[in-house]
Amino acid sequence: MAEAPLLEVKNLQVQFKTADGVVNAVNNVSFSVNRGETLGIVGESGSGKSVTSLSIMRLIPSPPGKIAGGQILFDGDNLVDFSESEMRKIRGNRISMIFQDPMTSLNPVLRIGKQMTESLQLHMGMTAKQARNRAIDLLSMVGIPAPDKRLDDFPHQFSGGMRQRVMIAMGLACNPELLIADEPTTALDVTIQAQILELLNRLKNETGTAIIFITHDLGVVAGMTDRVIVMYAGRVVEQASTNELFRNPRMPYTIGLLDSIPRLDGIQTRLTPIPGLPPDLLEKTNRCPFAPRCDFVQEQCWIETPSLRQVAPDHTAACLFDIDRDQRQVMAEKKIAEEQAVLDAALEDVLAHEQAS
Amino acid sequence: MAVQNENLLDINGLKMHFPVKSNGLLRRTVGAVKAVDGLSFSVKRGETLGLVGESGCGKSTTGRAILQLHRPTAGTVNFDGKELTKLNGESLRQMRRKVQIIFQDPYASLNPRMTVGDIVGEPIRVHNLRTGKEVRTRVEELLRVVGLNPYFINRYPHEFSGGQRQRIGIARALAVEPDFIVCDEPVSALDVSIQAQIINLLQDLQGQFGLTYLFIAHNLSVVKHISDRVAVMYLGKMVELAPSKQLYANPMHPYTQALLSAVPIPDPEVEKQRQRIILQGDVPSPLNPPSGCHFHTRCPIVIDKCKAEDPPFQDYGGGHFVACWRATESQAQMEKKLQ
Ligand SMILES: Nc1ncnc2c1ncn2[C@@H]1O[C@H](COP(=O)(O)OP(=O)(O)O)[C@@H](O)[C@H]1O
Ligand SMILES: Nc1ncnc2c1ncn2[C@@H]1O[C@H](COP(=O)(O)OP(=O)(O)O)[C@@H](O)[C@H]1O
Ligand code: SF4
Ligand code: SF4
Ligand SMILES: [Mg+2]
Ligand SMILES: [Mg+2]
Repeated sequence: MAEAPLLEVKNLQVQFKTADGVVNAVNNVSFSVNRGETLGIVGESGSGKSVTSLSIMRLIPSPPGKIAGGQILFDGDNLVDFSESEMRKIRGNRISMIFQDPMTSLNPVLRIGKQMTESLQLHMGMTAKQARNRAIDLLSMVGIPAPDKRLDDFPHQFSGGMRQRVMIAMGLACNPELLIADEPTTALDVTIQAQILELLNRLKNETGTAIIFITHDLGVVAGMTDRVIVMYAGRVVEQASTNELFRNPRMPYTIGLLDSIPRLDGIQTRLTPIPGLPPDLLEKTNRCPFAPRCDFVQEQCWIETPSLRQVAPDHTAACLFDIDRDQRQVMAEKKIAEEQAVLDAALEDVLAHEQAS
Repeated sequence: MAVQNENLLDINGLKMHFPVKSNGLLRRTVGAVKAVDGLSFSVKRGETLGLVGESGCGKSTTGRAILQLHRPTAGTVNFDGKELTKLNGESLRQMRRKVQIIFQDPYASLNPRMTVGDIVGEPIRVHNLRTGKEVRTRVEELLRVVGLNPYFINRYPHEFSGGQRQRIGIARALAVEPDFIVCDEPVSALDVSIQAQIINLLQDLQGQFGLTYLFIAHNLSVVKHISDRVAVMYLGKMVELAPSKQLYANPMHPYTQALLSAVPIPDPEVEKQRQRIILQGDVPSPLNPPSGCHFHTRCPIVIDKCKAEDPPFQDYGGGHFVACWRATESQAQMEKKLQ
């Protein structure tokens, strides 16, 4: 029998009360993470990636937010039922998190050394001396030169890339079973991103920590993850192994994303964008959330919210129909021709007007 | 309109240094940020020249110095036969009609208290391109051209999404019928599905109006996709410039090689095979750039000469410019390093 997953999120529901109404930020989200595995979460901004990960850490600001339903089973325990003091034993210890902007989680007026040793003393019961030695080891593990000296520096004395290294060192300090990395390289330049990704890959192999890697960059997902879930409008719309997802995307949104990005090694002359905008999360509807932008939309899509269903072995997608990438290409070409005709007409107007004046 | 053989823009020895003042009462100048430190290149009529490099390398400053939004410290900027660095007052204002800029953050660049109609209409009025009712008709046309419903003419910027705001910014730039547009990270703040919409729009507009673009971005995949030629900057200098395909197939500067190898490719099977050149350390400060070749502190194949002498930006054939002492052997040397 397969080992039970380390983390199992079941039917998670997260809402925010706002002046405009209730925002359904996360809707019926289910997924699991196995020990030692790297799970990618991709999706555009506002799709619910951060809210999902903050829910696992039980860090949703409340009010206005609340976990309105579902379970978060971590090693068998439902974290949704945990008290704040129980969560404090988990956070930074068995599950830790790194963010896009390290400055939000570092205290600007405390020396790095102090910030690192505090949690080591708290969670690992180390003496001040032991904690300092461990902090030095950790900093050198993440590639910070002269770590014994750097411990006495303040966060602002580190560059963006170096700060993210410090965050990773702190995240791994207590040998967590799960590390959640929320867009850890989004703010970094590409050569610094490459340094950090290499570091995370090396540490993953050395420590066996499971990772949830959140990003909107499909290239990063391709290189970093074993399995992927795609989120759209607060829902999981596709789930598969990374190889399978890229080879055989089956949800029109995922297909649309892959067709939207130019590839460095590619030769596309024209991209195929997804028309329109993501939906408003205020309204509660029973249609497919992607229906207004989908090339394949049919009547049924407006009255039924598709749930994830198996479309291939270990591959689920939330679409009512069997659609693949080739079909979309044909569809998209037709659409582009139509849009081009509209654009041409508009331009003719302009030119006619210019000639007249 | 295809790329023409004639240069619309000719830049020679362009420098933009920002003085750094002391904190004391006298505020003496104690140094300079060499944001742009001697660029020479040209842009052909109808061409898209891509400009890439990491944050702080001087891309935006280059764009602004060309448009005279910063007055260059040194060098010449010849646009369509006119020397822009010498223009002032009314002649500068006239020229501004021909060169426009689109910014990364459509939020910050659109006045929140003006309606879309006023934002797009203002340059038309300022330059007396239309009067009275004609202004509104023209604004409506422009909105349609950039894919916005003219029905939204009385709305305010905050009522639009990021991608729609970028369309408004593009409509405003087009309003004065420019020849040349500096696109400064126009899609960097947008989600990927929206990025593709804007990239396609920019390509369409270029075809229809014969526009010339300087396309600035840090995303190399996007730049390669949209550009005819690509220039790579590092610490205020241009280190390589070549036709897009050439640059990607045969990068000759070690920094370009590292940059290209760092870009993730959305294909797990390709990613598994790739060998990355991981550069050590961070980019040095432009306040005090390294001697000789600015890249020498991070270059995997640095030799003594690089620390002492600045390599010239030189054509290695077919308009493939490189500033590296080891340009012709760099690929082989980097390969050796990787093993
Ligand atoms: N504190 C909050 N108050 C109100 N809405 C919020 C709050 N935090 C997140 N949301 C909403 O939840 C949705 C999902 O946000 P998020 O998880 O941050 O997206 P992502 O990380 O995928 O970009 C968004 O629509 C956002 O507006
Ligand atoms: N107005 C200014 N005053 C002083 N320094 C500036 C100014 N504008 C830019 N710089 C500096 O010039 C360098 C290049 O900046 P910039 O052109 O914005 O880079 P990029 O667009 O490539 O990220 C940076 O070090 C930046 O801090
Ligand atoms: S269910 Fe319908 S609208 Fe939704 S993705 Fe599938 S085809 Fe498109
Ligand atoms: S000149 Fe020297 S230091 Fe500079 S890129 Fe070439 S080999 Fe490297
Ligand atoms: Mg987020
Ligand atoms: Mg810039």
